[in-house]
Parts: sequence; C-alpha cells; structure tokens
Amino acid sequence: MKITLKCFAFLARHLPAHAKKNAAEVELQEGTSVNNVIDMFQIDREDAYLVILNGVFVCSEDRDSTLLKEGDTLALWPEVAGG
Amino acid sequence: MSWTGKILRVNLTEGTVAAEPLNMQWAQQYLGQRGLASKYLLEETDPKCDPLGPDNKMIMATGPLTGTMAATGGRYSVVTKSPLTNCIACSNSGGFIGAEMKHAGWDMIIFEGCSPTPVYLYIENDQAELVDASEIWGTSVWHTDEWLHNKYQDPLLRISAVGRSAESGCLYAAIINDLHRAAGRSGVGTVMASKNLKAVAVRGTLGVGNIKQPERFMQVVNENKAILAANPVTGQGLPAYGTQVLMNVINEIGALPAKNMQEVQFDGAHDISGEAMHEPRKSDGKPNLTTNAACFGCTIACGRISTIAQGHFTVENKAKYWGNSGGLEYEAAWALGADTEINDLDALTYANFLCNEDGYDPITFGSTVAAAMELYEMGVITDAQTGGVAFNFGSAEALAKAAEWVATGEGFGKDLALGSKRLCEKYGHPELSMTVKGQEFPAYDPRGIQGIGLNYATSNRGACHVRGYTIASEVLGVPVKTDPLVSEGKPDLVKAFQDATAAVDSSGLCLFTTFAWDMTNIAPQIDAACEGEWTAEKLVELGERVWNMERQYNMQAGITRADDTLPERLKSEEGAARTGPAKGKFSEVEKMLPEYYEKRGWNEDGAPTDETLNRLGL
Repeated sequence: MKITLKCFAFLARHLPAHAKKNAAEVELQEGTSVNNVIDMFQIDREDAYLVILNGVFVCSEDRDSTLLKEGDTLALWPEVAGG
Repeated sequence: MSWTGKILRVNLTEGTVAAEPLNMQWAQQYLGQRGLASKYLLEETDPKCDPLGPDNKMIMATGPLTGTMAATGGRYSVVTKSPLTNCIACSNSGGFIGAEMKHAGWDMIIFEGCSPTPVYLYIENDQAELVDASEIWGTSVWHTDEWLHNKYQDPLLRISAVGRSAESGCLYAAIINDLHRAAGRSGVGTVMASKNLKAVAVRGTLGVGNIKQPERFMQVVNENKAILAANPVTGQGLPAYGTQVLMNVINEIGALPAKNMQEVQFDGAHDISGEAMHEPRKSDGKPNLTTNAACFGCTIACGRISTIAQGHFTVENKAKYWGNSGGLEYEAAWALGADTEINDLDALTYANFLCNEDGYDPITFGSTVAAAMELYEMGVITDAQTGGVAFNFGSAEALAKAAEWVATGEGFGKDLALGSKRLCEKYGHPELSMTVKGQEFPAYDPRGIQGIGLNYATSNRGACHVRGYTIASEVLGVPVKTDPLVSEGKPDLVKAFQDATAAVDSSGLCLFTTFAWDMTNIAPQIDAACEGEWTAEKLVELGERVWNMERQYNMQAGITRADDTLPERLKSEEGAARTGPAKGKFSEVEKMLPEYYEKRGWNEDGAPTDETLNRLGL
C-alpha cells in the first residue's frame, strides 16, 4: 500500500530523496504501524513528538497499535511551538 | 528591588515633562508592564473617553525584570484605550527600547493630552525633553529612525516611532521600535499619532541597580537560561524556524483559516511556511531567510531576518527593499498569505516590510485585505474602489498594492485602514468581518481548535492568540496534550492560560519562555530581584487580578456579554469546516461561555461578582 509521509523541521532529513515540499509517497506492507514507519526512516521515537495521522494527533501509547492504510497521510514533527 | 521607582509623566498639551514616584503599593499588586500600566490607566482615565481624544492616555511600561540579565528581559508594553476595539489595549514588544527605558531610570512613561504641533520625546537618563518633530512628521518609521540617529550621532539610541499610516488615521497602526519590532495590535500607534507624538528616542546608561538579592538572582537566572537552552522548542525549534514552524502544523490539522475564514486549509501553506523560508529560491538561489535574531537579553532568538529576491516584482527598482529586514512571523504570514490565499513568500515579505516601515498591524491588515477580496469577488467592491486593481483571492499584486496604499493612506487604502469591521459595515456586509470586539483573528481556526475560540471571544483586547495561547496544549502538547476538537474542559484551560499570561506580560519577560518554563521558574527570578515575596501562586493570582481589572475597564467602556462571541460564520452549521478532521464542526463558544463565566467567578452577564472582586482586592 502507499501512504504519504511528511517530515518537517529537523525531521525533514529523514525523508527519501524523491521528497518534495517535505512530503514523499512511500510503499508500505499491510499491517505497518505508526511506530514501524518512524523506525523504518531511522527517526528516534522521542524526536517524533508531534505525530499527526490524517490530521489527527496520535499519542505515543497508540503508535504501536495504530496501523496505516492505503492513502493515509502521516506527518511528523519534533517538539515545536510558536505563536 | 528591580523597579526604578520612577515614572516620567509627559503632558503633551502643556509641553511639560516631570518625574514622579512609582506607586509601590500598586507594584506589589500589579507587578509592572501590562498589569501596572493598566491599573494607572483605569485610575487616571474614563474608560468611556474618545480613544483618539486628549482625555485618553498612552502608557509605555516596562516590567521589573526588563533590562536585567534575566533571559528575554527586554519587553515593554503600550497600554491605552484602543480606537479599533474601544476596549483596553495592551501591545507588547521586544527589541531593545524597553531595556533602554529602564536603563535610563524609568519604569514607565505616561503620555497625556495632545500636543498642538508634532513633537518627539528625547530621553537621556534622567533628562527628558519634548522636541519639535515637524521635519519628520509625514515620513516613515524607517526614515524617522535614520533621521534621529543622524541627528544625535548615537548608534545606541533606541527609538519607537509611528509611520505615515498612523498619521493618516489607520485604525490599526502600530508603534515600531528598533526598525522591525512592534507594539503591533489594537491601534496603539493610532493613539500615539493622535497626540501628535512622532517618536520616543531613549538612551540609558544607568543599568538596573538595586536587585534585591544579586547573587541569588544571578544563580536562578543562569539555572533558567540552561532550561531554555536544553528545551527542544526554545533551544532549537524557535531559533531555527521561528514561529513560522507552525504553518504546516496548523494546516495539517485542518485549523488554518483561509480565504477570509471560509476554509480551514490552504493548498499553498507549504510555500509560505518556515520550512520554505529556508529553501533556495528558483529566482536567485538564495533562501528568503537570511538569519535569526534576538531581542535584548534573549537566549531564544526566534526573530526572522529576511531578504527579498531583487528581481521580484514587488521590489523592482526599489533598492531600499533589497537589504535584509524583519521577516515573517507565523501570524503575519498567515494573515498576509493563507487568509488571502497568496502563496508568494517574497510578496508576503514585502508587505511585512511595509508594515514595519510605516507601522501597521499585519494581522489586521491581512485579514482586512481578505475581507475586501471576498467583497470584491461578490461584486460589492469593484474596480471603481480599487482603482482598476483586480482584488481577487490569490493576487500577490493586489496585496502589494494594498500594503502601499495603507502605508500612506492613499486611495482604497483609506477603506482598508478602517479594519475589516468598519470596512464590511461600510459595504453592507458586517457578517464578513472576522473579528471579536472589532479586532481581527490570528492564525488558528476556532472550528478546528475549540479552546482558542473561547479565548478569542473573551479576550480583553478583542480576538487575540497571546491572551491565552491554548494552542500550546490543544495542538502542541505543552504542557499536556488536549483534544482540539472537543469543548469539554476548555473553560478551565482558557482561564489558566489567560491568567498565567497576564502575569508573564507584567514581568518584563517574553511569553515564549513558557514553552520551557512555568510559574515555578519565573517566580524565583522575580522574588530574587523584587521587593516582597513572590511565589508561583501569587503570580497566578496577580494574573487573575489583572484579567479582572481589564474586564472592569471594558465593562465601564460599554462592553457586555453580547460582545463575548464569535462571527456567525464560525459558530453555525452553515459555516462549518469543509475539510480535514474538523469537517462539519463549528465553534461551540456559546456552550462554553457560561461555564467560563462560572469558573471566573462572574455572573451570567459576564460581570465579576463582588465576591470575586473582594477576593482579588479589586
């Protein structure tokens, strides 16, 4: 299945080379969890502070049990803030 | 004791300046800056006064930690009655002039009356004088700054000034200091210009003496600087990306207001984001962002310094805009870009430069342009008003023209200078103004983030994010993550953020420290510097006192429960979010408001009860 992976701020360097505008389409196997993706792209789990799946925050306790599906958008940030 | 204990009172009508002692009893109750200046305003003026008349006063105030070695201790506030909202205004700025005022020996400057001719105030330590400003009246902030520096031949002179927008009556004119820092919101610059006061130029060499416990102060300050440095937000994220790191975050969660808040997401968000500011441009291979920058005493350095490509249409043959200057913060980028659906980063930067050059608020300006674009696309505003400029959403050319018009008050700029409330009323569509109490929203949509909507509705200076930044919790997980889509629990959250913010805004410190600090970090710094005993609990209570005092001012000015609300577009099914996780949702502000009043100890009309006032010593 294919999903869109987005990595922002300091996490952008973990994106594959074909990424544009901080986003890349990536191919995953069925049953891949949010944490599997974070590990797959060699992102330290603690650095993936803000994890947004299809616009909704996924808390750290749910990142193993939340499985991705075709067409999902997974967006990752380190701890950031502004205002 | 950190306060200098001195106020400079400037009577512009009489042309006099005089020193007087600070009311130290009030300082113990209201601390400084926002709190203490608001107390003086409430005591000395009639809240029903004409904000642009001589009876209104304008106070420039530092906090007790302003000018000290405390991290971010460079803040000052301008407190007055707003011509945009008719509520109390308090606009907070960084840069260097706040610390300079303190180093010259002044806790605050109170301006009263109205000068018969244009003047500026020059301060050199305990010497202060009003000086004829006829040569710089009618010129920009940048010109005024250069002229004063040349005249006094002192590169360390610190200057706050108003530009041509304020002089021509723009209702959201800002007071710009140090070229590109701003007491930006609510039209405080309009008040300054109405008094025929062009600038305040300050040189202070006295430092800040009489710290209560110097050794302990240095120790706690250093401990807390280390916390800021180690925190990923204040130590890495803000210096690298500034507040603009939020553009993609807020768009991703479907809470980025777009197209005059008709939509909650913008396809071009990435093009105007913090990440995009780092990327080399196709035109010249250079990034928009040149470097970051810090205000006085700041160890975070979130400021943006940007450069526009010399070939960009906005700056062709305009060499004065080819150098670097103050770049886009998130709220400005949102208002100038997402709300107008313009994804041209350099065009937004140009508009931002003009906001600084001639002193006006980019949030209200951008939102007003967005409202005008909606009216134009409806055919209500036509080329007859815009002088033939197609004023469609997405037009960078229209934005650039609008910025030039408002800077000088020319043409359609006269309408745009009214702000969106009066503009939309003038053209018969008040429902299209995205405002609370006459002030435009910042960059977070109340349909997708419920708590911030309640904060907007109840903010004492009209729609404002930095009166109670619940985004920290609802989106960013600081200090704890809450669900942005639910309204349950939000009245408590909003009250907590509002009260804490009022305390921080009274201290001389920057609100951004609170991404790493809480009141237990701030209280020891104040306690070591200031006379009296300062605990976290005392500061929270002080913040609540300030909030209620501001509410008293507004109620005396005529604000009622009916003003504590949001535009229909944001709180009705018809205006519900059309995309993203908030799809189908609208703000539940009316449901949250009674509970908020109850938590505040206010009656059902939104008035603080006698019990609340007594508890807070009001």
